[in-house]
Amino acid sequence: MASLKELRNRIASVKATQKITKAMQMVAAAKLRKAQMAAEAARPYSERMAKVMANISAGMEGSENAPKLMAGTGSDQTHLLVVATAERGLCGGFNSSIARLAREKARALMAEGKTVKMLCVGKKGYDALKMEFSDILLDVVTFREVKNVGFAQAAQVSEQILAMFDDGDYDVCTLFYSEFQSVISQIPTAQQLIPANVSSEESADEGDVDDVHYEYEPGEEEILEDLLPRNISVQVFRAILENAASEQGARMSAMDNATRNAGEMIDKLTLSFNRQRQAQITKELIEIISGAEAL
Amino acid sequence: MAEAFSFEVVSPEALILGGEAIAVDVPGAEGYFTAMANHAPFMTTVKPGVVNVKMADGAVERIFVRGGFADVSPTGLTLLAEHATMVKDLNVEELDEHIQKMRDDLAELEGDKKVRAERILTQLSEGRAEVMIEMN
Repeated sequence: MASLKELRNRIASVKATQKITKAMQMVAAAKLRKAQMAAEAARPYSERMAKVMANISAGMEGSENAPKLMAGTGSDQTHLLVVATAERGLCGGFNSSIARLAREKARALMAEGKTVKMLCVGKKGYDALKMEFSDILLDVVTFREVKNVGFAQAAQVSEQILAMFDDGDYDVCTLFYSEFQSVISQIPTAQQLIPANVSSEESADEGDVDDVHYEYEPGEEEILEDLLPRNISVQVFRAILENAASEQGARMSAMDNATRNAGEMIDKLTLSFNRQRQAQITKELIEIISGAEAL
Repeated sequence: MAEAFSFEVVSPEALILGGEAIAVDVPGAEGYFTAMANHAPFMTTVKPGVVNVKMADGAVERIFVRGGFADVSPTGLTLLAEHATMVKDLNVEELDEHIQKMRDDLAELEGDKKVRAERILTQLSEGRAEVMIEMN
């Protein structure tokens, strides 16, 4: 049994830890609000973009002149996995669940005999994947120094992705990030970037658009060619924003757990501290009484 | 009084300006065009330049866009711009820096990309000149 002094020290140290986790939780909550607002502000742009993309690409489908970014290179031999994670840890299973999804996908592709390449956005994903995939990890992009990750950073990543596509380094590009559902649930998601995956649902609920005859300037193909790279930056940007919100949400619940756990520990320690103090008092009393009786 | 229509200028980070306008001048890929109410459905890429908005209440707003995409639909005009700033808030130094950086990058490019980058650079410089005129 630990001595009274040891117990007192342990209680003090757990209390200090609890203060830190509590503060981290509150900071995460504030940051989460901000991240959610940023994600909301970005929504109109990406929604519009998706709508326009759906409109134009519906007309282009099956056309031989469709740009490569949309139609693909005609093969799916080489895959690029872009893994977007956070810069910091202490956020529960957030980073590891994204890394796990990417790892599974990479293994599955390799088992099929495909070539896999990886690009990490964020330090934590790189840390998790570098052991197993060091030979196929091409690069890591970190935003450690950047305080507010904005569109400029997303554009930088997408430029890199596009430059590699132009060089013919890969055929299919998939982006891994975590979609924000709520504070307690973030879903790791894989999204195909290249060839662009324009879902027909979006054009379906825009039924009225089909009746409208659009004029294009300079031309449908040129616009699509201009739009596809933009679309990729928008997708990357959206992923980064979702990730930011998810990270803060995950950290918030992780820190909430830690705070509660510390509370329980303090209760337990206080209980045994009190018990031991009482035992000591009783012991001293017995000593005094038996000393008095001996006289 | 001319009829008003709804328009939005959206950047990935925020809605820059939205509301009811009477006329919007947009620097389209093949020259400026003015969108007014009941414009025919029309889509075009936008080159760097100044968007002039005449709001329904008579106010005039100017927005500098660094390229983007315009969609005129029966419901209104949507301008998607990666970088859009109100002219009155524009930081010319920052823009100059960007132009300078593009100029530096240009030297390393070749072929198709070079042609494209050169075109964008010219348009940017034109847009900058336009802003300077308006500011003075």
